[in-house]
Amino acid sequence: MIATILAGEVELYHELIRPYERTVYSMALSLMKNEADAEDVAQEAFLKGLRKLRDFQGHSKFSTWLISITLNEARGRLRHQGVLRIDSLDDPGDEENPVSPALLRDWREVPSEALERKEVREMLQAAIGNLAPIYRQIVLLRDVQEMSIEETAQALTISAASVKVRLHRARMMLQQQLAPQLKSLNPRRRWFPW
Amino acid sequence: MVIECRHVWEYISGFLDDSLPLETKELVQKHLEHCEICSAILDSTRNILVLTADDRVFELPVGFSERLHARLDREISGGLQEREEDLTK
Repeated sequence: MIATILAGEVELYHELIRPYERTVYSMALSLMKNEADAEDVAQEAFLKGLRKLRDFQGHSKFSTWLISITLNEARGRLRHQGVLRIDSLDDPGDEENPVSPALLRDWREVPSEALERKEVREMLQAAIGNLAPIYRQIVLLRDVQEMSIEETAQALTISAASVKVRLHRARMMLQQQLAPQLKSLNPRRRWFPW
Repeated sequence: MVIECRHVWEYISGFLDDSLPLETKELVQKHLEHCEICSAILDSTRNILVLTADDRVFELPVGFSERLHARLDREISGGLQEREEDLTK
């Protein structure tokens, strides 16, 4: 499809990007943390993707290339706004110290139907939103968008080993925060003898 | 060889991704068979991953696609116009 677009059928770009709207928006939101700015960054990233389509070499997936453009766009804006020091966005922090999970004696599964409840969706969004950017991006790409370790590594221009380390820490942080909250949604049933 | 809970926690993510070396995976599996705490940690983490992957958690803002494609249309028609102008020069 890319070759056809480059040959002049530019309208096809609409179809090319449709599957990646959610991924690009969530990546923009992972840095901007504000819906309006994230939407602006996502739009700009898709426009840059169109303008630079000829530069896409096909060494990586199109989605990975778009994510890189999105993250660069978001970083550029933050730098311009002077909101954050950019090195803080990539700071691995204390990767040496293990994250201890929340200790539980048992786990009653929370079914997907629970996501019909706004409070449950907000609980998950808040837990992911509270992670440091380097962990948030890994979770969004690997666990929310379900990209492979290798694709995640390519999109974030880090090694697969770093993805695994950060992913593990991110998942443990989410378990630590969410397990007690989710458990309280699902109180043990009381059985009465009648 | 037996491993302690603290070590098992370090392998939870790899265990869920099935990316552990076979020997480590077997050690973790053996530990999980008799440790209810580590089993609950594994089950809760797996459950959280299933929930976060659900499309309902991160939805696009209402009207996002429409606004995006309208902006792309403007860019595309602008680009075409520029090319036509170049050709007439």
